[in-house]
Amino acid sequence: MSRTACRILSARFGRKDGHLLRVYESEGGYRALRRALAEMSPDQVREAVKDSGLRGRGGAGFPTGVKWGFVPQGGGPVYFFVNADESEPGTFKDRYLLDYDPHLMIEGAVISSYAVRSGLCFVYIRGEFGWLVDRVQRAVDEAYAAGYLGPNILGSGYALEMIVHKGAGAYICGEETGLINSVEGTKGQPSIKPPFPAVSGFLGKPTIVNNVETVASVPYIINEGAAAYRAFGTEKSAGTKLWSVSGPVQRPGVYEIPLGLPFREFFHEDLGGMRDGEELKAVIVGGSSVPVLTAAEAMAVNLDYESLAQAGTMLGSGGMIIIPGSADMVELIQVLMHFYWDESCGQCTPCREGTGWLHRIVKRLRKGQGVPEDLALLEKVTQGMAGLTICPLADAAVMPMQSFLQKFRPEFEALIHETAAPRPRSRWSRGERES
Amino acid sequence: MSTPTEARNDFDLSTASRARIQGLRERYPTRESALMPALWVVQDELGHIPPAAVDWLAAELQVPPARVWELITFYTMFRSEPQAQYVLQVCHNISCHVMGARGIIAHLEKRLGIRPGERTPDGKFALEGVECLGACGHGPALQLGKHLYEHLDPAKLDALLESLKKGVVPRADTDRELEE
Repeated sequence: MSRTACRILSARFGRKDGHLLRVYESEGGYRALRRALAEMSPDQVREAVKDSGLRGRGGAGFPTGVKWGFVPQGGGPVYFFVNADESEPGTFKDRYLLDYDPHLMIEGAVISSYAVRSGLCFVYIRGEFGWLVDRVQRAVDEAYAAGYLGPNILGSGYALEMIVHKGAGAYICGEETGLINSVEGTKGQPSIKPPFPAVSGFLGKPTIVNNVETVASVPYIINEGAAAYRAFGTEKSAGTKLWSVSGPVQRPGVYEIPLGLPFREFFHEDLGGMRDGEELKAVIVGGSSVPVLTAAEAMAVNLDYESLAQAGTMLGSGGMIIIPGSADMVELIQVLMHFYWDESCGQCTPCREGTGWLHRIVKRLRKGQGVPEDLALLEKVTQGMAGLTICPLADAAVMPMQSFLQKFRPEFEALIHETAAPRPRSRWSRGERES
Repeated sequence: MSTPTEARNDFDLSTASRARIQGLRERYPTRESALMPALWVVQDELGHIPPAAVDWLAAELQVPPARVWELITFYTMFRSEPQAQYVLQVCHNISCHVMGARGIIAHLEKRLGIRPGERTPDGKFALEGVECLGACGHGPALQLGKHLYEHLDPAKLDALLESLKKGVVPRADTDRELEE
């Protein structure tokens, strides 16, 4: 399959008129919805998506059709949520979908809602994307007017309402239970699982939460079939994936490539390598929460779920952060630890306190106040956080912290050797809070 | 202590906004779930959410005022105090950092004479360092309301500030027309 044929999600990226219903329809838009409603039962749609091997593109990578299958067949209300709370540092792919192709998201969301027999769909867009909320709302209005949403979609008898819901600045709402709680009108603090939202979610009813890119992949699967989708990618990583690439490469941006492409090829051919005068030092492949790869490790991986897992990292959201040779890794981990400390929702002690400890210790190192036991202390704190909280935010802080420390240890050690006086211990016990 | 009924007229919210909130009540499945969008309606019009509006919303949606405060204090974008006319929010997260966000913040500090978290004495500008804005491949970036300015450098910042001093919000990278 040629790389140029790989435009399942990105066909209208960068186009001025791609967001308009007229343009979307003229390029085959809403054909999949017509087909699903006229020719397929909800279960057949679900089976097609299951057969396609599509996995959740928000970060967890769970098989989408399998997730849909967890919804009990009781006939009660079911809710469908599109997770457009894109906030993982390094990730900006859903922004492109919402900006350039909102109807692709809407069509995918209607088909997906139909598959799980939902009558109400929320599109939760992060508050910082206020400019996109207007664009998506306009597209939703167009879809209502054209009969793709509402009480009797395309005369099929299927009814779906869609509400565009604007977040208000909380990274944690990207976690599906946090997102559901946020729409219920409370703090977006995650809930413990089980029960999983597919069984008990919004208002205690079955709820499916899928990422924008995940639902945007559905129309192609309905139009062309599961086998056509599987023709892209590898056996365990079917289809195409959007990669958000940031950092000093020649051509940063959002790329759609088939899963399984070697990083080396992607880096040299698509990204054009590093900008002049920079060399590649490290790569965070899947958003800031996944373990960092050294340049040598990155050059050996393929960009798919299994290859990245084998390399000790994760595909995550596909937020690829390219780190140049000039970067100070301790400074970068300080930036990240500040982020997780700032965004911890505060309900679990290991996360609320642990992220603060990690940030403070790294900050002290950089101030020249590091003492020899600090590196062991950093490790100890991460061990007291990983896997011990309601949601994965603590792990999301731990994975970069541990991997930076392990793979770039000399940079941390250098800060300790420069230390003059031992740190006054009393300042620790007072739990000093700093920004 | 004022009762919610008495508080109703302590702030000025347009009839259109009140109607929008009524519409949200009808559209959302529960009163509580309409709270967050209702807070946006208030803030979009008034620039912040005054205490009187909290009481009014609580009465309107039949929830305790504490539930409203809970949202205002949890979500960083809701503001309970009046804001500067132009709040410049510079991303300081990893991707923008790698592309020079620190220099962007330093330049604004120098030009405005304030540090992140502060506002100019005339109340015109505020500077904030914020987490990822989803502009990673276009960084360094800053957000001003619904406008996202990307690929920043000192010259672009100076042009932005000059324009804002004249009261004109310049066209941002993301301000593509909704129409063709």
